[in-house]
Amino acid sequence: MQQLEQLREHARGRLERLGNTVSSQVWRLGFASRFLFYLVMHSGTALRRFRLTVAEIYFAGVLSLIIILVSGLFVGMVLALQGYDTLQRFGASESLGVLVALSLVRELGPVVAGLLFASRAGSAITAEIGLMKATEQISAMEMMAVDPIARVVAPRFWGGVISMPLLAALFSAMGIFGGYLVGVQLIGVDSGAFWSQMQAAVDLRNDILNGVIKSLVFGVAVAWISVFEGYDAVPTAEGVSRATTRTVVSSSLAILALDFVLTALMFTGGTNQ
Amino acid sequence: MNRSTIDLWVGVFVVLGIGALLFLALKVGNLASFSNSETYQVQGRFANIGGLKVRAPVKSAGVVVGRVADIRFDNETYEALVSMTLDYSYQFPRDTTAKILTSGILGEQYIGLEAGGDGVMLKNGDRVRLTQSAVVLENLISQFLFNKAAEAKEPEKK
Repeated sequence: MQQLEQLREHARGRLERLGNTVSSQVWRLGFASRFLFYLVMHSGTALRRFRLTVAEIYFAGVLSLIIILVSGLFVGMVLALQGYDTLQRFGASESLGVLVALSLVRELGPVVAGLLFASRAGSAITAEIGLMKATEQISAMEMMAVDPIARVVAPRFWGGVISMPLLAALFSAMGIFGGYLVGVQLIGVDSGAFWSQMQAAVDLRNDILNGVIKSLVFGVAVAWISVFEGYDAVPTAEGVSRATTRTVVSSSLAILALDFVLTALMFTGGTNQ
Repeated sequence: MNRSTIDLWVGVFVVLGIGALLFLALKVGNLASFSNSETYQVQGRFANIGGLKVRAPVKSAGVVVGRVADIRFDNETYEALVSMTLDYSYQFPRDTTAKILTSGILGEQYIGLEAGGDGVMLKNGDRVRLTQSAVVLENLISQFLFNKAAEAKEPEKK
């Protein structure tokens, strides 16, 4: 009888904890949405004093250039090697350009650039804002009647949103160049066929514009998660480190999940091509 | 690092990014083809279009002269009604033949135009009267099998 009572108590405890976790996650999501709304409404300062945003574009975009360009080059080169190996079995090695360009422009460009961007720039944004909070710089700003969201958070958000599509485009372009280097220069696929088949198969609206839209959506998601996690971090050394980890994990998951949804919306219509 | 150097680098970054977008649009996506040239529309009826899709190329002598604009099913004649948008600089006689062909064995299907000898050219909204449907592999194979079966029977009769 007593055992049963204990068991029931145990089960109730678990259920309570589960409920707590769920409700606190929903509460966080609601707060994050309100935070985004407030952030967008108070972006006036970030856009009027555009230098603040330019500085953040520098930190989020320009300093990510090296990793984006080098990764893009290698991804394109690997795609060309692997693609050629498979395509030449069917005697279709001329389609190498199509394979490289479509997979980069549609999927790999936005997704891999987004993942790199989240771990390179997103984590830095979270750590910076979190540390500002831990060292009470945010409170100090509020004390001086400066809105920290308008002054600190909004420029970082817009810097990320602006940088992301440009980085993804650079990644794709660099990847195609890498594919050209390996496919045409190294393996010896015909240069004319490489480009002309690519141009025939890649559609401006269906492929390139959709890729840009994807990268823009990823940029908003990563920048939002980064600034929110930083702003919401527990103001201790441990809290900041946890927030940084959470940024990378949830941005990566968000990118992959959003990518599935966007691909399902964009590329499954019967009318493309 | 002072402000003006940051501005310079951001400027370089934005220029590079837009350059990459332009590269994708022009070199990879081929923006220039058929986007601003004048076009006219002709239609054709086909008994079977096979796997033809909207935006498939319309070729004559292997050169792309237009694209398939629309594919519809005619409820009265039970035929497919295919609209083609042709570039205005390519004019075809009224008795042109339109065939649905396949590029390679596994390639995509396109419409091939063969010019006739008529002096009057096709105008916007005209109909191509001579058409040839897509070759459906199943029909071809069954025809072949029937012929074989018929050949095998005939010697027995004799």
